[in-house]
Amino acid sequence: MQPVMPDLGPVFPETVLTVLALVLLLADLVIKRKETIGLLSIISVTAVAYLLAGSLGTTFGGMFISDGYSIFFKLIFILNVILTVLISVKYIQIEKIDYGEYYSLILFATLGMMLMASAGDLIILYLGLELMALSTYVLAGFMRRDVKSNEAAMKYFLLGAFASAFLLYGTSLIYGLTGTTDLKAISSYIAGHGLAGNPVLMLSLIMFAVAFSFKIAAAPFHMWAPDVYEGAPTSITAFMSVGPKAAGFAVLGRVFLTAFGSVRTEWVLILIPVAILTMGVGNIVALSQTNIKRMLAYSSIAHAGYALLGIISGTADGLSSVMLYMFAYAFMNMGAFAVIIMLRSEGFRGDNINDYEGLAKTHPVPAVLMTIFMFSLTGIPTTVGFMGKFYVFMSAVEAGYMWVVIIAVIFSAISAYFYLRIIMYMWMREPKEAVELTTSPAIGLALLITATAVIGFGILPSSILTFARLAITGF
Amino acid sequence: MISQLFFGYFAAVIIILSLLVVTRKNPVHSVMWMLLMFFHIAGMYLFLNAEFIAAIQVIVYAGAILVLFLFVVLLLNLREELQTNRFIGSWPAGLVIAASLLLSMIAALRSFVPGPSGPYTIALIEKETHTRVLGQVLYTEYLFPFEIASLILLVAIIGAIVLAKKKVRS
Repeated sequence: MQPVMPDLGPVFPETVLTVLALVLLLADLVIKRKETIGLLSIISVTAVAYLLAGSLGTTFGGMFISDGYSIFFKLIFILNVILTVLISVKYIQIEKIDYGEYYSLILFATLGMMLMASAGDLIILYLGLELMALSTYVLAGFMRRDVKSNEAAMKYFLLGAFASAFLLYGTSLIYGLTGTTDLKAISSYIAGHGLAGNPVLMLSLIMFAVAFSFKIAAAPFHMWAPDVYEGAPTSITAFMSVGPKAAGFAVLGRVFLTAFGSVRTEWVLILIPVAILTMGVGNIVALSQTNIKRMLAYSSIAHAGYALLGIISGTADGLSSVMLYMFAYAFMNMGAFAVIIMLRSEGFRGDNINDYEGLAKTHPVPAVLMTIFMFSLTGIPTTVGFMGKFYVFMSAVEAGYMWVVIIAVIFSAISAYFYLRIIMYMWMREPKEAVELTTSPAIGLALLITATAVIGFGILPSSILTFARLAITGF
Repeated sequence: MISQLFFGYFAAVIIILSLLVVTRKNPVHSVMWMLLMFFHIAGMYLFLNAEFIAAIQVIVYAGAILVLFLFVVLLLNLREELQTNRFIGSWPAGLVIAASLLLSMIAALRSFVPGPSGPYTIALIEKETHTRVLGQVLYTEYLFPFEIASLILLVAIIGAIVLAKKKVRS
């Protein structure tokens, strides 16, 4: 048997990213200034982004699919890396964790996400997920002298392994039923053999829903998120609140709409309660938080609930609205975390909500930016957060889930309380103590990018929506 | 009939041994039960005509990984470990959830219809030999997953070094 050389064109960006991540790992030995490695990692992902456009195609017997859908998500992941590195550079010096491996691990995690977004086979999906997760576990525990960081890594690892077990169990059931792990083959087998409604298929659907809900931090599988978000280094919290969540949605969309597209009525019954519970838990528990990282953890849970509505609607519009939502969320959440990171200085943690009291008087520019990001997270018009929510809700209404949207809007209104509380603290309270801000050109650039995008795409969302709609043609 | 008996034996013993592993107070005992469990899993692979994987199971898991576990256990303070409870207070709730999951699984699996079997029948594997078939599949059809797995191992190594060995700057 003569082996056929697979077409390596579609995996070219991933190959380049692997090589560059390995080069960065070695470059750490000779480069003493770790900022340089940060800069190199930004250059690396930019090069990968440049290569993405030429990578369209399917390879390795359908295991790897590089289509518009995956490229859109990959751009979100690359954006995530750039913004994370920009906000990390100064912060990891303060935390004394400025090792070169930090950047390599971020790149490996991103590689895992890119594989997830492109997975046409459940095995690739699982391996990509593990690559992403393993790198993120290590990053969460990077401050190894900090007990909370240890706890975060440990919790994330144990619960993540548990969720992986569910994914594998679901995969094994599907393999037993259909004899394949290829997503398209599963779909045609289910349709061709009348498997819809089979209890084993339902069991497997539930297993997949559990595993993916864990990754996107949807209730009731969200328990890890607040502790991990609080304990992990803040830059990594920002990284994993955007990247793994977007990757989770990428696989959720692909698996549920491609492989299980014919049993949509069944999985909608699983996802609607999950979405409602997620919005409820996220928004209501966030009200009582005093630590801003924990608050944003619950906020991130709530946002997973909103975005799920796009998957539930199951249409092309729904899917593109989820993509838009993840894109919007990347900017507004990263921006909020950039401001939070600025408050961290030598000997001052700055992650308490009270630390924001009177910030507008002492530091007006960060206060204005934080106000923009909080408005966007609330979903107030002229910000990208509003546009994200608007299109997700619209797609759900068009798909006939009016009552779910009404619940979502109510929870969204509740969420205004805890977002606007930060704004109220900043503008209407007197500063208690002088808060020193840690600024650097990198974080300034991150804030400039995120704030411009939040306002710019908030006013003119059509370009990105057109891109998302174009990306899923032929999905 | 005889094959079902074999399967039943291995399945039941694996479950019992797993329970013993998680319920023992002394970690050394847990590790020893785990050793026995790994051998039974190897037996299960043999029963499924997967000799190569059975051998790997014994060499890698029972041989290498278990020794590492024992080393780690030796680093623990056993006396302190013996004092603590194995389970947290809310374990009955977990048991109820697990039991209901088991029941729903049993109920669902009654309507299981096996999918089409692949090209690798026992006759083919006997003709081609197991290791050869496995190698061929791994390096052709599953080349891509194989490469990703190598990256996962690399990340695990980097992670272990970063978390355990890096000197902390003061």
